[in-house]
Order: sequence, then C-alpha cells, then structure tokens
Amino acid sequence: MGSPSLILALLGLSSVSYYLGWRRSISLAQGAVRNLHSLPGYHGLYTALWAAVPALLLLCIGVTLKGPIVTSIVVSDLPAEVQSLPPERLNLVINDIRNLASGNIASRKSPAMVAAADRYVRLQGYAAIAVTVAVLVLGVFCGAIAWRTIQPGKRARNAVERTILGFLMASSTIAILTTVGIVLSVLFESLRFFQAVPVTDFIFGTEWSPQMAIRADQVGASGAFGAIPLFAGTLLISFIAMVVAVPVGLMSAIYLAEYARPRVRAVVKPLLEVLAGIPTVVYGFFAALTVAPFMRGMGESLGLDVASESAMAAGLVMGVMIIPFVSSLSDDVINAVPQAMRDGAYALGSTRSETIKKVVIPAALPGIVGGVLLAVSRAIGETMIVVMAAGLAANLTANPLKAVTTVTVQIVTLLTGDQEFDSPKTLAAFALGLVLFVVTLGLNVIALQVVRKYREQYE
Amino acid sequence: MAHQPGVAVMEAGALEFRAAEVEDTDERRESRETVGTPFADDPRMTCRDVNVYYGDNHAIKNVSLDIGREQVLAMIGPSGCGKSTFLRALNRMNDTIDGCRMTGEIRLDGQDIYAKDMDVVPLRALVGMVFQKPNPFPKSIFDNIAYGVRIHGLAESKSEIEGIVEHSLKRAGLWEEVNDRLDQPGTGLSGGQQQRLCIARTIAVSPEVILMDEPCSALDPIATAKVEDLINELGQDYTIAIVTHSMQQAARVSQRTAYFHLGDLLEVGPTDQIFTNPIHPLTEDYITGRFG
Ligand SMILES: Nc1ncnc2c1ncn2[C@@H]1O[C@H](COP(=O)(O)OP(=O)(O)O)[C@@H](O)[C@H]1O
Ligand SMILES: [Mg+2]
Repeated sequence: MGSPSLILALLGLSSVSYYLGWRRSISLAQGAVRNLHSLPGYHGLYTALWAAVPALLLLCIGVTLKGPIVTSIVVSDLPAEVQSLPPERLNLVINDIRNLASGNIASRKSPAMVAAADRYVRLQGYAAIAVTVAVLVLGVFCGAIAWRTIQPGKRARNAVERTILGFLMASSTIAILTTVGIVLSVLFESLRFFQAVPVTDFIFGTEWSPQMAIRADQVGASGAFGAIPLFAGTLLISFIAMVVAVPVGLMSAIYLAEYARPRVRAVVKPLLEVLAGIPTVVYGFFAALTVAPFMRGMGESLGLDVASESAMAAGLVMGVMIIPFVSSLSDDVINAVPQAMRDGAYALGSTRSETIKKVVIPAALPGIVGGVLLAVSRAIGETMIVVMAAGLAANLTANPLKAVTTVTVQIVTLLTGDQEFDSPKTLAAFALGLVLFVVTLGLNVIALQVVRKYREQYE
Repeated sequence: MAHQPGVAVMEAGALEFRAAEVEDTDERRESRETVGTPFADDPRMTCRDVNVYYGDNHAIKNVSLDIGREQVLAMIGPSGCGKSTFLRALNRMNDTIDGCRMTGEIRLDGQDIYAKDMDVVPLRALVGMVFQKPNPFPKSIFDNIAYGVRIHGLAESKSEIEGIVEHSLKRAGLWEEVNDRLDQPGTGLSGGQQQRLCIARTIAVSPEVILMDEPCSALDPIATAKVEDLINELGQDYTIAIVTHSMQQAARVSQRTAYFHLGDLLEVGPTDQIFTNPIHPLTEDYITGRFG
C-alpha cells in the first residue's frame, strides 16, 4: 500500500475508533451522560487520536528510514571491490542500481548490478509491506487500548485538549522556525559576501556596478558594490510614493470615517479595497507603459528632460498602490477614537471640522503614524513596480525625473539569469536582502509598537 | 447651600397633603398626563410639547417642562425612559444622531433653539454638557480647558486664557490638585478628577445652563461626594439639569425633580415633595423601589 492510501486507511480507522469510543462511553454512562467526566464526543476523539497519531508518527519514521535501510542492505551485498570504491563513485553505482530498478537507462550494466537491482526492487516491496503492516497494527493496537481504558471517570476531555494544544504549538513552531531559517540563511550568505567585499565599502560606497569578471581573462568588469545609490533610489521612490499616498489616503479615511453616510461608505470602502487587490505587476506595467511615457511627454512639452524610466513615474504609481493601505489603516484608527471624545467636543460647541482637526486627528495621530510607517515599509519592500518602471541605472541623484534603481530591483537583476552561487555578485543579493529585512523589520516593530500603545490608551 | 431635603424625613404638612390625596385607582395609574408643577415663574428654559423620535421609536412623548433659573432640576426614572434623550434635546446634541427627529418647542431665555436661523455652535457654549463617563480630550489639562475658549475666541491673549483656565479649575474645585501639572495629560487624572475637569471645561466657555447625564455613575463614593458638593455650589450661579439614577443624589443636589416613565413626563415637583409625597402612583412605585 502506498502512503496516500495508508493515510486514508488510518483516517478510516480513526473514524471507526471515534464511533467505538463514543459508543462505549455512552454505554458506560448507563443512560446519563452526566455520569461521565467528559462528554461522549471527547471519548470518541480520545480513541480516534490514539488510533491515528502514533500510527502516523510511525509512518513518517518508516518512510524516511525505508530508503536508506534498503540501500545499505543492497550495498552490503555488492562485490567487495565495488564496496571499497570512494564515496562519490559508490554513489554513482547506487544511482545506476536505482535507475535499473525503476526501469530507466543506466550508464553501466553488469549481471551483478542487474541482480542488485532485482534485490533492490524486492527489498523495497518488503519494506513497504512491513511499514504498512506495522502502521496498521500499531493503529489498531493503540486504538484498542485507548478504547479499553475508557471509564466514566476518565479525563478524556483534558487529554484531547492537551493534544490539540500540542498540534497548535507544533504549527506555530513550524512558522517560526521557517522564518528563523530564512533569516539565518540570509545572514550567513551576507557574511560570506562581506568576506569578499568590506562592509564599509558596501554601506558607504557610492558606486554600484556589480559586473564581476567571471573568468580571470575577462576585462573591464571589476565590480563595485557601493549600495548608497540603491538606498538613495529606494528612499527617493518611497518618498514620492508617500507624498502621494499619505495625504490622499488620510483625507479619504477622514471622509469615510467622519462624513460619509453609511450608504456611501458601503460603496466607497470596498472600492478602495479593490485598489489594494490589484496585482502589483499590473501596477507595474501601468507605470511603465502609461505613466512613464505620459510623464516624458509632459516633460518634453515643458522643456524638461525626463528619463523614460523615471523615479517619478514609479513613485506615483507606487503611491496609488499604497493609498488603500494608508486609508484603511487610518480609517480603523479614526473609528477607534471613542464617540465620547467627539460628543465632548460637540457639546462645547465645536463644528464638525474643528472636532476632526483638533480632537479626533490628534487623538488618532499615534495610530496614523503607525499606519504610515507600515506603509513606508511596504513601499521600501515593493518590487514589481520598480522593476518594471524604475530602471537599472544606479544613479545617485535626488532628481525625481532621472532614472534611479532600488534595492529590490538590484536583488532581482543580480539573481536572474545564469550565475555562480558563490560569486560576490550573487552574494550581494543576500546582503541587500539583509539590509531590506532589517529596515522593514525595524519599521514594522516601531509601527506596531506605536499602534499598540495607541490602542491601550482607549481600552 | 443648606437645602438638604432628606427622603426619610416626613414633614407634618406633607402628611396632611397625603391624606388629601386621591386613592391609587387604576384610572390614575393609567394616566400619562404630567402632574405636579412642571412650570416655573421665571424659567431659563421652557419646553413645550416636545417629542423625540429615533426612526419609529417614539422616545419622548409630549413633554412640557420649565427649567428654573439658577436651580438644579433632577430627572429620574427607570433606564430607557428617555432621560438622556430629553437632556440631549436641550442643547441639540440629538442633531448628531442619525435618524433622530424632534418636534415641539424649546426656548432658552425666550429664544427658540430649534429655530431655522439658530446656530448650534454658540448654543452649545451656552448650554454645556457633562457626560456619564468622563471624556477628557487626549490633551494636557490646560489644553482641555483652553480648547473651548479658543474655538469660541473668548480670549484675546495668552494671559487671558490662563486666567480663564485658572478660574474654571478653581470653580470646579480642581485647582489645588492640578495647578502644578497643567501640562500633563488630562487622561492621567483619576476618574473623579477627570469628571471635574470636564465640568471645568464646560464652565470655561461661560454657559448659562449645564446639562449633566449621570455624571457620577462611573465614580467611586468619595469622588461622587466631591462632584455632588460641586453641583450644589454651581447651582447658585448656573441653571443645571441633571439626570441621575440615584434618588439620594437627586435629593442631595436638586430643588426640583422630574419623573420620566417610558417617554412620558409623569410628575414634576419640589424634590422634597416628590420623595415624600408623590402624586402619581407610578412615581411612588419608583421612589419606593417597587421597580427601577
Ligand atoms: N442613539 C440612539 N439611537 C436609537 N435609539 C436610541 C438612541 N439613544 C436612545 N435610544 C432609545 O431611546 C429610548 C430612551 O433612551 P435614553 O434616552 O438613553 O434613556 P435613559 O437615558 O433614560 O436610560 C430607549 O428606548 C433607547 O433605546
Ligand atoms: Mg441615559
């Protein structure tokens, strides 16, 4: 039986166990469920969990160990001169045996190897049967024992709750471990990069041209990894985006939260959220194909020199993308300002705009600042729009009409196409990623802190 | 103010009055006419045939009532009977509630506050309001009080604002407690101090009438006593209408009491008489605690 059908069988087994455990507890209750410590459903779950969980664990172990064990048995039966080969050669032989076993073409073919392949197939079959049998027996066995132990006074509920807690904790642990793993890998690759390029050159250097010589005889590509132009470009585009997004987002939030009638709000709010649902790649080609040429045309008619891939175009479109983000966060924050605050202001004779300007917004300000910081971190990490619209030229300029490049764009270009995994050019992407990660993480932490402080104030 | 009518004290006159009363018949019990003395000789505010609706919910039904000058009027009644609604009608705070409609006439010093050309901004400065839960703005103590002064342009200079702030805090009995930390947030004060801060904030814009909606229900007994003292004292210079669910409080601070019942104003009279000799059977039921 293959693993999928075995898992199905275990599911069936545990449903049957559920039913049996439930039945047994009901019959033990002698007509009054209140005689039981736990409800019958918990006894059912208790039995089902015992039938399924140990068996599943055994299945995992069996599946992981099956391959190596079979291989080592096959290898131990090979002729002595093959066994004494160096490990890489031995691996090739094993691969050939596997290929033969699965009917593929192998590079070498000798009677001994065909025999080994036969053995391999046979052993695989045995191993599969052994695992299946062991798993099913364990499942039935544990289920039966759990079933036997059901007593009116048995604390099945507590056991089930503990098991569920265990599952939940395991899931969150996986999420956390994955994050930690990614961070560590980025960190270590960055450290390798900093062995090739000094940290100070990277952080304070003003020239970015990561074209490294791949072969020693190539000329003209020495490689410079000064990240300042990238940081500057990122900041410039994010700044333009925020200049667009903050006023528009904030004002639409004020309108929605304070002025709009419920009917208008019911229409406008989802519409704004549609903006947030547009894939960034769509914004990207909108920026590259519509906004950038338009800006260029405008610039020409005004006698300005606008690059066809300008920071302005990318920033404007990114700003539009972030508007719903700012407005929906600010809207939440403004709505969280207690009505009592507005009542207090109205009762003193404030007009609506005075109430908003002098009471509601100051009260909501920390939350709004937090929301804006979150938006900044989105802007800094945004990739697709800038890849398509901002360009690759690492100019160090504050002129929004020139082409600039950003950290994210450079990561993309460093990693697309063929590359060696250990060249500084590739590793530079990790260093940039690390910087990006640290900055956005810092912004998020500060922002969440600010927002939380603000929430506490009104609880 | 030594005027402290006690609920338990029954005067001889009151007993005679009781004897003269008609018995508790079903007919009288069913009546929703206002009994007692709803009108005053020299009223600050007059309300005639006031009806307030929330959509289809008829929350205040045909209420006519005067609020006397420099007097404290207590409004009592079971919860949900419309006390807050009526109070909010007096400074048009109901305008801020969607779907709230009002008919009838309310006059402040003879001027119709629901007239077309009436501006609610100065009205709400003249008729201030203190809420159930203290709601200081998240600003400094000083700015909490200066807020109203600034939006109404009541002061020409910074020193004038400072003077008003000091005077209002003194009036509210809070000056001694906070004069060394005026720049600290008002939200950092204790509940009772916050409520007195809200009263000071209301006083700062020189109102004629102060409306209070259960101002002590979120406070502990000691803070309550302080606020009650303050109300007693303010009652000498201001016209005050206070909603309360505590009959002792009504007895301690008010000269007149109005009893509301499911949107109807059933009885108005001098506080000591309402508590010793209610006319309407339902008022009696309420003050003797038969329901509440
Ligand atoms: N904002 C509102 N919207 C709709 N109905 C309301 C609102 N406020 C009060 N009501 C209704 O009006 C009636 C009177 O309420 P309220 O004036 O708050 O009573 P009280 O202050 O005496 O407890 C109640 O039936 C209540 O449900
Ligand atoms: Mg109320």
